[in-house]
This record gives sequence, structure tokens and C-alpha cells, in this order.
Amino acid sequence: MKTVTDTGIAFAREMVPELRAPIALAVNAVLPLLFLALFGPLLTSTPGIGEGSPWQWFLPGILVLLALSGTAGAGANLLMEINSGSFERMLVTPMNRTALLAGRTLKEVLTLAAQGVLLILVLLPTSFELFPLGALAGLVLLATFGVGLGALSFTLAVLARKQEQVFYLVQQACFLPLMLLSGVLLPMSLAPSWLYTVSRFNPVAHIVEAERALFAGRFAEPAVLYGGVCALAIAGLGLFFGARVMRDVRV
Amino acid sequence: MIQTRALTRSFRIKKGVVEAVRGLDLSVSEGELVAFLGPNGAGKSTSLRMLTSLLSPTSGTAVVAGHDVVREPAQVRRHIGYLGQGNNAGHLYEPRDELYNQGRFYGMDRRAARRRADELLTDFDLAPMARRRVGSLSGGQRRRLDIALALVHRPRLLFLDEPSTGLDPQSRAHIWQHIRRLHELHGTTISFSTHYLEEADQYAGRVLIIDNGRVVADDRPERLKEQQASDCITVTTGDEESARHAATVGEQVPGAHGATVDGKTVRLRLGDGAAGLPEYLRALEAAGVKALTAELSRPTLDDVFLNLTGRRLRETAAEQESGEA
Ligand SMILES: Nc1ncnc2c1ncn2[C@@H]1O[C@H](COP(=O)(O)OP(=O)(O)OP(=O)(O)O)[C@@H](O)[C@H]1O
Ligand SMILES: [Mg+2]
Repeated sequence: MKTVTDTGIAFAREMVPELRAPIALAVNAVLPLLFLALFGPLLTSTPGIGEGSPWQWFLPGILVLLALSGTAGAGANLLMEINSGSFERMLVTPMNRTALLAGRTLKEVLTLAAQGVLLILVLLPTSFELFPLGALAGLVLLATFGVGLGALSFTLAVLARKQEQVFYLVQQACFLPLMLLSGVLLPMSLAPSWLYTVSRFNPVAHIVEAERALFAGRFAEPAVLYGGVCALAIAGLGLFFGARVMRDVRV
Repeated sequence: MIQTRALTRSFRIKKGVVEAVRGLDLSVSEGELVAFLGPNGAGKSTSLRMLTSLLSPTSGTAVVAGHDVVREPAQVRRHIGYLGQGNNAGHLYEPRDELYNQGRFYGMDRRAARRRADELLTDFDLAPMARRRVGSLSGGQRRRLDIALALVHRPRLLFLDEPSTGLDPQSRAHIWQHIRRLHELHGTTISFSTHYLEEADQYAGRVLIIDNGRVVADDRPERLKEQQASDCITVTTGDEESARHAATVGEQVPGAHGATVDGKTVRLRLGDGAAGLPEYLRALEAAGVKALTAELSRPTLDDVFLNLTGRRLRETAAEQESGEA
């Protein structure tokens, strides 16, 4: 019970600067729109993205890209707080330590979901076709993935607190291959067969494919199952490691 | 309030092991104001961090506010306030928000947390900056906010790690005004670390001198100075010959520990300088030595540190800084 209340309190603390400084909110909103505006037009002539609106194919990819570029970087903020001392102050309070991390993760996930909703709203007047249930399931899947990425990013920040550059190195080293091998921007089916095979080992690729199926209103597909399992596994790993490092953390 | 037995902490680093704290035996009673005085790297922060449950001891035990720091860290945290060497307040936040958050962290409901935040803003003269970003506050304002954050839940026991380091003298005095008021008005037990010997001397009821992970002295500052160091009379004469003569005369003064000559200047160490000075001057006159100037200086904690460790606190700090650069 205390974990839940404390998560709420930690979450509220994270939200305050966002609400106080609309700049942060604006940046979070502009970024996905930028992706949309700059990548979208390239897609109209891309083969392999199926019939219908290219947005249908592209939106799920952007959502995952947002998670990879935004949520996965959430640890940077924590790193700053660790180095300034404000995180240490929180560790000396009676706050549940897992909740300190969960509250932060929750804020990241909420930001991500809000970006998703914003993108859907922006696309509504276009040829994009909305399947409400599918879109909802897609957002839930995205949020699950976000929980895992956020928690892993915070875990990494705590582990790398003594050498900040390690955080950025690891984050970049994971981001690039995960993104390039996920087919968020180009269909993996266009890739040579060896690359395609490699991409089968990338959980993010499965999540992207699940998102595409869901946003097209198709639930009964193996892709949805694989993607769901991958997202759940990442979330589970993130929460497990996150709770563990928080329990033993010595700043 | 605090009892420790043989508390130690070592860190493993690339080139071996650093023994940051080597056997801290400490007992602090309710209402004490204790200074941990020592040069950089002496182990002050490490000690405070073990006592606040932030760092687990390598060996030994510590009971703080009635609870064991290793077995019941949550209970310890509930009862203490802590000011770290860094900043307590998040730089992206507004002071009022952080005070409110801190109240919530300690289990206050929203209204109580808001009320307490406003109370502390007023108490610490921070009301005009309540809605500025912490990052834009001056060092002194930020430090006052940090202390206010440590007090949100009205702890009876407070740990302050270098509360005034890096501030100008005026801000330091201001900070200390607040800390003393807390101690005098509410009887809060306070342990603070510092490498400003004037602070330890002026404000603490008890000083632990820490060097290289060990407590080398532990007493009231007046008694430390009395026992570990002596007063010093400095006399200048017209020429070196008279200075040497003056030194010989000085050694006969009751209570004198010895005299040193440096050119035309003589330094005489003795137990009670106030009584010794007129006596010395009379003796000089009787011996026909003309003293041009005479000056009495009382010992500082720096002299105590010198006597105990063979080094000066100021030099040690300077050395370390140049070593790190
Ligand atoms: N996390 C750590 N890892 C490795 N060594 C550490 C760690 N923390 C402290 N030390 C070492 O332990 C010793 C004591 O450090 P501590 O921070 O307690 O000193 P201090 O008295 O607070 O000094 P300062 O006045 O500079 O704050 C130092 O030699 C320091 O390098
Ligand atoms: Mg320190």
C-alpha cells in the first residue's frame, strides 16, 4: 500500500516542473510531430508498407521511435539529480525506494502515451484510419514497453552514476542497433535475408510489428502475441532490475 | 541520540582499498551540537552517511535515534534530517514545490505539506524566492533552502554536511544564525561537518577532530585549546641581540613552555597568557631589555590540530587542493 501511495507522491513531484514550464511539454509535443512531418512524406513511394494510407504503417513506428529516443533517455534526468544531491536527499526520507523509481517511470510512460494520443489526433483528418480498440491496445502495448525502457534507463543511470559518460555510451550503443534492426522507418521485409534474420532477435522489431497489426485493427495475429510477450518481458526485466538497484543504492 | 561502536567503512578502488573511516566510537546525547572537524578526505562525509543510513558500514554498529542503521534504516530515516554536501533541492524545481514534495515524502497530507512549506519559506527568509527556479538562486539562498528541506518533518536530530562551505562570510553567518536558533529554540541535536575551524570553535559545544579516518580528539573547543595548545606572546625588540636575551628571560616566566627567536622577534609559548604577559614585560624591564611591541594570541583549533597531527589544517586543505588540480 505504501508503495502505491509513495509512487503517486514521487510521480507528482516529477510532473510539477512539466506543468510549471510549458516549454518541456511543448518540446515533448513537437518532437513526434517533427518525425511525422519530416519522415512521413518519404513514405508515400516506399514499397512494402502495404496498401492504404502510409500513415497507417508509419504511425506505430514513430510511437516506438519515441519510446526509444525519449523514454530510454529518461535516466539522464535522474543522473543529474544524483550528481546534484537531490536524489540523495530523497533516499534519506522514509519514501519507499522502489516507489521513487516507479513514480519517475510512470511520468515517462504518461508522457509517451500523451504523445501517442496527440499523434493520433493530428492524423485523424488525413487518410489515416482509426480502429479505436486496436489503437487503445496499441497504446497499452506502447506503455508497457515504456515502463520497461524507463525503468532500465533509470537502472543504468544509478549504475553509471560515478561515470556519466558510461550512461550515454551504453544508451547510444543500445539505441542504434535496436532502432535500425526494428524496421521503424523502413520495412524489414526489404532487408536482405541475413539482416531480416538478425532482426528476429530484436524484441523491438516484434513490438513494432505488433503495433502495426493493432493499429490496423488486427488482433488475432502471431505478431501481436510476440510483440506483447516482448514488451511484457522488457517491462518485467526493467522493474526487477530497477527495484534491485534501488534497494542497494548508495549514492 | 547517537551511539556507535567501532564503526568502519572502506571503499574498494582500482588501486586497492581506501579506509575512509577507521573505528568511530561515538556517543552523542540529546541536545548536543557536535562538529566533525577535519581536512578534505578525513572521512567526515562517510561518517555522516553511515549515521544517516545512506551508506552501510563495513563493520561496527550504529544506533541513531534509537534504531540500528543497518537493521532498521526506515525508522532511522523517519527521525532524522539530513543536509548532504550537495544540494538537497532539485535545480529544476521551485523552492515552494520542493518543500511541499518533501512534506509529502514524510507522509504529510497535502494541506499540512503546503502549510509547512510556507512556514519554512518565511522562517528562512525565502518567501520572495518561493517561485523562482532553484537553479537561479544564489549559493546562500540555495543552502538555506537545503536546510529548510531537512527540517520539514521537524526532526529532533539533524546531520549537516558542510552547511556553509563555499559561501561568503555574510551568508555563512546567516546560515549559522538559523542553525543556532534551531538548536537553542527547539533543542535539536545537531551534528555538522566542517573544515572551517572558526565554525567548529564558535558554534559547536563539542568538537571531534578527524584525521585520516580516525577521531584524534573529542572535547569542548575551549578544553581542547587549553589542553592541546598554548597561548603565545610575541614580542619585538630593537635588535637580534636583545631578542635572544628576551628569549632567555622568557623561559624563566612561570608556566612558559619555551621561546623561539626569529630575527628581532621572540615567541613565547605559555599556559596562561593573560597572566603571563604583564609578568614577562616586568621581567624584561628588570633585565634591561626594551620591548618595542607585545602581542598576546590565544590558540586556535588549528594549533590543536597541529599539535595532534603535526600538520596544519589550513596547509592540509591547500595541499589537497593543489594535489587534486
Ligand atoms: N564512494 C567512494 N568510493 C571510493 N572512495 C571513496 C568514496 N567515498 C569516499 N571515498 C574516500 O574516502 C575518504 C573519505 O572521504 P569523505 O568524503 O568521507 O571525506 P570528507 O572528510 O567528507 O572530505 P571533504 O571535506 O572533502 O568532503 C576519501 O579518501 C575519499 O576519497
Ligand atoms: Mg565531505
